[in-house]
Amino acid sequence: MTIRELRKKFVEGTYTPTDAYRDMRAAIDAKNPDLNAFIDVYDDAEAAAKAATQRYATEGENAPALLGMPLAVKNNILIEGKRATAASKMLKNYIAPYDATIIARLKAEGPVIMGATNLDEFAMGSSTENSAFGPTKNPVDPTRVPGGSSGGSAAAVKMGAAVAALGTDTGGSVRLPASFCGLVGYKPTYGKNSRHGLIALGSSLDQAGTFTNSVADAELLEKVMGGKDRFDATSVGEDTYPAVALKDRYRIGVPRDFLTEGMDADVLAAFEESIAALVRAGHEVVDVSMPHMKNGLAAYYIVLPAEISSNLARYDGVRFGLHVSGDTLLDDYLKTRAEGFGPEVKRRILLGTYVLSAGYYDAYYGKAELMRSLMREELDHVFSDVDLIMTPTAPTPAFKLGEKSDPLSMYLADIFTVPVNLTGVPAISIPEREVVRDGISLPVGVQYIAPHAGDERLFDFGKKTYDATKGLA
Amino acid sequence: MKREDIEHLAKLSRIALSDAEADSLAGDISKILAYVGDIEKATGAAAPEKKVGPLNTVMREDGEPHESGIYTDALLKAAPERQGPYVKVKKILGDKTDRT
Repeated sequence: MTIRELRKKFVEGTYTPTDAYRDMRAAIDAKNPDLNAFIDVYDDAEAAAKAATQRYATEGENAPALLGMPLAVKNNILIEGKRATAASKMLKNYIAPYDATIIARLKAEGPVIMGATNLDEFAMGSSTENSAFGPTKNPVDPTRVPGGSSGGSAAAVKMGAAVAALGTDTGGSVRLPASFCGLVGYKPTYGKNSRHGLIALGSSLDQAGTFTNSVADAELLEKVMGGKDRFDATSVGEDTYPAVALKDRYRIGVPRDFLTEGMDADVLAAFEESIAALVRAGHEVVDVSMPHMKNGLAAYYIVLPAEISSNLARYDGVRFGLHVSGDTLLDDYLKTRAEGFGPEVKRRILLGTYVLSAGYYDAYYGKAELMRSLMREELDHVFSDVDLIMTPTAPTPAFKLGEKSDPLSMYLADIFTVPVNLTGVPAISIPEREVVRDGISLPVGVQYIAPHAGDERLFDFGKKTYDATKGLA
Repeated sequence: MKREDIEHLAKLSRIALSDAEADSLAGDISKILAYVGDIEKATGAAAPEKKVGPLNTVMREDGEPHESGIYTDALLKAAPERQGPYVKVKKILGDKTDRT
């Protein structure tokens, strides 16, 4: 089911927003107790769906683009009057006092927000197991994780509880769950979507993105959400980067020397099939050398904890969120943060505090930022020759719940996605193939990366290669 | 990374840790630092650059303030303790606690 298909039915009146709400709410009531995709389910969605049905009856095809579309929203994105927990005990009772800019822009087009979805606490994780509200399971195989950190949003779309969902992507948190759950996952150019009203993780890396069943739907949502915002000074306008041209046939680079780290043989074979299909469709696929890409994960786990230790200093029990009282103000801080944060959050705050401390700053943070510059130069150089870069989205299909107990092995799931956030370019994960595990077909995605502001190129390419072949165009 | 290093970091981070947490974090953080420490070799002899990203600082005129006080109540609703239009905290001056 896509937004385009629903729109056609809503306009014709053969299936109404009220019908869609009823069916999707039934899917939530039936499946959510087991899958745990949602932290909160919104009962006021029913009234919104009924109002949307009325509007289609009078406005027909002049109705707003997203009127009546059932969406799900990751619970680290603020919706006025709703709880914004970030899946943390710290914000369990925090009610958002305003709408995030992307939510305000979506609301103007009339969607029905079904509920708020689960995530790794403060979006720190790759499996949606690190949630104060319990883990989310993968609808494709409930013994496996949906990926993370936006696992609840991916599961919501896959289980038929929403036609599309919002996530946030700091190092792969939209693309990885999209790959594990068989959806299109899109991460915009850094700054294309305003970060105003997103609960901050790594401010130089965070971008909101989408889970959809087609590339055209991702494009449609981005047209509504994207663009400069006076509340986010890092948001970019039309003229920030040079224009990126669209083409009939694309030249695509494969960084082969990078596709070794923990690479599953079946996933690699599926990736080779994708390359062969592109060549048959008339695109050109060439090998490119990108020796710095493999250093991305090390740089990421310096830069991100550094930004986390700074961003999460605000949770001190004074202005909002959990407050645990002690004998002194310092005791209040120590106890509030001890009780409010889970283990992965504490781990990263301490790590960030270490890499930013005097004596270690140059060796860690300074070198990591230098690596970011080297990676950007490498990327610019490669994009002077090719139009797009492709990699598998993840080295493996969805893994089992509880399988990765060691933090470092969990981090490796993001090896192919973090270079994109470190350099600020856009990327999209497309669910092209499947691999079989325990008799179940598990989806695996291919990640396509474009130059800065090349978001339209990703949509154009994806619509031609994926939507067209799947009958979604 | 030793236990006392973790305790020092926890103090700087304003997080009280149990003994079990401190032990487990000492192991995890040592492993992660060993992994990310490769960055030193990977960047070679090039000097660290100060630039954070390709974008420049964005400036704007300081003006167009919203009407004073219109958001006060909405924001203070989230505060654990308030007194009128203020957030209430424990006394800071005269506190003899070590503030390192």
